[in-house]
Amino acid sequence: MLEKILQVNDLRIQFKSGKETVQPIRGVNFHVNRGETLGIVGESGCGKSVTSLSVMGLLPVKSSKIVSGEILFNNRDISRLNEKEFRKLRGNEISMIFQEPMTSLNPVFTIGEQLSEPLRQHKKMSKSETRKTIITVLKQVGLPRAEQIIDEYPHQLSGGMRQRVMISLALLCQPKLMIADEPTTALDVTIQAQILELLKDIKTKNDMSLMLITHDLSVVAEMCDRVVVMYAGEVVEEAEVNELFDRPLHPYTQGLMKSLPSNNERKSTLFSIQGQVPKPSEIKEGCVFANRCPFAFEKCLAETPPAFKKGEHISKCWLQEPALEEVKHSGEPSIVIS
Amino acid sequence: MESQVLLSVKNLKKYYEIPQGMFKEKILVRAVDDVNFTVMKGETFALVGESGCGKSTTGRTILRLVEPTAGEVIFKGTNLATLPYDQMRSMRKQMQMVFQDPYASLNPKKTIRQILMEPLRVHDKFDKKERLQKVISMLQIVGLSEYHLDRYPHEFSGGQRQRIGIARAVILQPDFIIADEPVSALDVSVQSQVINLMLELQKEFGLTYLFISHDLSVIQHMTDRVAVMYLGKIVEIAETEDLFNNPKHPYTQALLSAVPVKHPKEEKSRIILKGDVPSPANPPSGCTFHPRCPFAMEICKSVMPEPTEFEKGHTANCHLYIKNEEEIKHAVIYS
Amino acid sequence: MTVNFPKVPHAANTQPLKSKKQSAVAAFFSNLMRSWTGMLGFLIIVLLLFISIFGQWIVPYDPLLADFGKKLLPPMTDGHLLGTDQLGRDIFSRIILGARISVIIGVTTVLIAGTFGTIVGIISGYFRGWIDVILMRIVDVQLSFPFILLVLVINAIIGTGLRNIIISLAIGGWVIFARVIRSEVLALREKEFIIASVATGVSRIGILFKHILPNLFTPIIILSSLQIGTYIIAEASVSFLGFGVQPPEPAWGNMLNEGKDYIFSSWWLITFPGIAIMFTALGVNLFGDWLRDTLDPELKGE
Repeated sequence: MLEKILQVNDLRIQFKSGKETVQPIRGVNFHVNRGETLGIVGESGCGKSVTSLSVMGLLPVKSSKIVSGEILFNNRDISRLNEKEFRKLRGNEISMIFQEPMTSLNPVFTIGEQLSEPLRQHKKMSKSETRKTIITVLKQVGLPRAEQIIDEYPHQLSGGMRQRVMISLALLCQPKLMIADEPTTALDVTIQAQILELLKDIKTKNDMSLMLITHDLSVVAEMCDRVVVMYAGEVVEEAEVNELFDRPLHPYTQGLMKSLPSNNERKSTLFSIQGQVPKPSEIKEGCVFANRCPFAFEKCLAETPPAFKKGEHISKCWLQEPALEEVKHSGEPSIVIS
Repeated sequence: MESQVLLSVKNLKKYYEIPQGMFKEKILVRAVDDVNFTVMKGETFALVGESGCGKSTTGRTILRLVEPTAGEVIFKGTNLATLPYDQMRSMRKQMQMVFQDPYASLNPKKTIRQILMEPLRVHDKFDKKERLQKVISMLQIVGLSEYHLDRYPHEFSGGQRQRIGIARAVILQPDFIIADEPVSALDVSVQSQVINLMLELQKEFGLTYLFISHDLSVIQHMTDRVAVMYLGKIVEIAETEDLFNNPKHPYTQALLSAVPVKHPKEEKSRIILKGDVPSPANPPSGCTFHPRCPFAMEICKSVMPEPTEFEKGHTANCHLYIKNEEEIKHAVIYS
Repeated sequence: MTVNFPKVPHAANTQPLKSKKQSAVAAFFSNLMRSWTGMLGFLIIVLLLFISIFGQWIVPYDPLLADFGKKLLPPMTDGHLLGTDQLGRDIFSRIILGARISVIIGVTTVLIAGTFGTIVGIISGYFRGWIDVILMRIVDVQLSFPFILLVLVINAIIGTGLRNIIISLAIGGWVIFARVIRSEVLALREKEFIIASVATGVSRIGILFKHILPNLFTPIIILSSLQIGTYIIAEASVSFLGFGVQPPEPAWGNMLNEGKDYIFSSWWLITFPGIAIMFTALGVNLFGDWLRDTLDPELKGE
């Protein structure tokens, strides 16, 4: 059996804004196996970033709260660690790459100064050792002239190079888990191809697990072993990547795939999911996708579907209820829209 | 399709000067450097390229939102580049623009009614009552309703704002719309809704689009012809299907190969380009792509390639296709 | 894929939007309630406005009436709440009437300096070019002069009195408006919604009045509220130095001036006007800060 390096069980997170509380994360379950790449896909506002921040212990302390659930990292619950304990973990055993390579580096420090920070924090190293380690890592992420770049400032580097620096920053302490939150969204296609290639490469070389958060299904197809699809604060589907692309079970996943221009005939009307994602405050009883789902029936509006398992393929949709198999195959699906 | 030229851009240049203090020479940034293309009536013409390649600047220069440094923009026989300000202003009712960022392109202090009324008001179209009718019917066309009239932009989602931006551009019933990355700020499911809307409007009003984007799958889906830009220059122009099936320029080939796969089982041979795009302030000599080009030859370092024509108006600016050695020598001598 | 979706036409996003907007006044107060500093500032301002309007009916004594038999009475004696000055005038009454001078000077100066400075700022920022260079160099030159010194010099030239102090403060103060508004206009000019309006075909003047001006409203309000405090203090300083409002007219600054000779024997002569100035400046600044925090979209989440 594969070793699970990260397990998130029934995670629920609440946010306070003013007098109102909203719950953008409502019962999220998934795990990351050792050495695999797990993709978390979803549109903006689905809670994928909040989930990753909670794993890093980076949720805003004052306005957010983990209501229930646990986050097991190497079988140790880290969801309720205090800041000091988290600091030992962050950048050391779990590290993170952010979307915006332009703003995630501090403009007044050299690359070397920024990269020595985590080493000083977590490892006892002499100055020359630190420098040597940094240069090695910079070379590992494919930066030319590593010996010079170490003394340069972020503004002297291009976007792609900065993202490489960010990756080397995340790599420094040889983490067991790397979280990449939309690592290529701000980059051009040709640079994206370089960075994805690099991520694949360093993942195998360093025996890491990678949790890749993205809105881009083709990045998932390119990179991931398993995929978790999130919608409105819930995991609606989870499957092995080929399985997911061949047989998406949840209507949301199906809709996402069908709406890609490359899956439609040129110049034809694209398939599109109607309506839009409900705001956390608008979510009522029933399936979160029911108001946009072309297959929704009475039960979907009344009851929240549990996660149905078909082997390793999990989906949260009433259509997957074994008793309903016949309905799905009998003719046109009925459309019930509130 | 009967092809009739709607817009032709000739030798368009936009250089920015960056002063470097009193005694140093100014840096010249060649954002758009000698761009030529024509757009036919009723077609969707795409400008594709990576950030900083000058595709947005080209679009804005055509509309004179940025003043061109040199060149001609001939729209229905009139050269826009030299048109006096007021005449240009009245030309704008025939050519409109849709912007990338639906959050930044709508005035936060104006209601939807005011935003959509404005184009009708400034071009003095219809009387007051008719204007409101027109605004309401336009809102309905883009999938919103009368009920949204007195709301402010911040009350809408990104997709809805983009619909409003499109309504503003289409309400004057222009012939030509420049759409600058109209869907790249939107989520996948909303993106498809907006693409559909643009396709529908094109059919309904016979619009011609200049579609600026970096997203190759969107371009493949909705455009007729494509111009690929790199460092302020067009390196290849072709019909969309032709370009995707048979890219000629090494940069286009690399660009297409960099697009992530559609399915995990799909195998793709990648041309991974070395390094980053050079700065347009200091472009490489000769062919600007040569430092990154896997096929670069000696000549590429010194001579800028001229367009080579293939079938069906497919052109590429690359020395690989200038076969005649005489020609090469000639080019060297006279460059 | 196993199942086929029915084709759905591009959908109207008829998701319920926020219910009808709160009325502006209700929103203002509910916002104000959340910040005690803002509330305090607001209350001080309301009090100040109240006494400057109704001051002449609430004063217990004639503030100009000298009574040498009662001079330099300490606070709380003989019915004089805050005591009397060297001429036997009631200090409490004088402070109340002095409030009116402060308010008049603060508000009028902001109106004049604000209008002029805003116009210059808009011209400079919107039209750029040589006019911008000239105007901004003037601003630079003036800013290199200390504000109070400049006001004093102008006062020395044109003379003292309420009208002249307002003129001199306005001449000294418009540059701040010009600077801030110019930079706001420069930033606005490049905003995409402005470019979008140009693309629609709106004329230059239309852009200026219909799009730039409405977006300047917030910074003007914020800056004005903060500048009022500055002008009130400046007036007090100038009056203290003998250039501003002339005795016997009661202004807080000249009360300080007259009382300074008695500082060791009769502390109340300068203490109470001083406190009045302090509270006014504090109130105006607290309110101005709150306004900025509330109205500034950079600080306010979307």
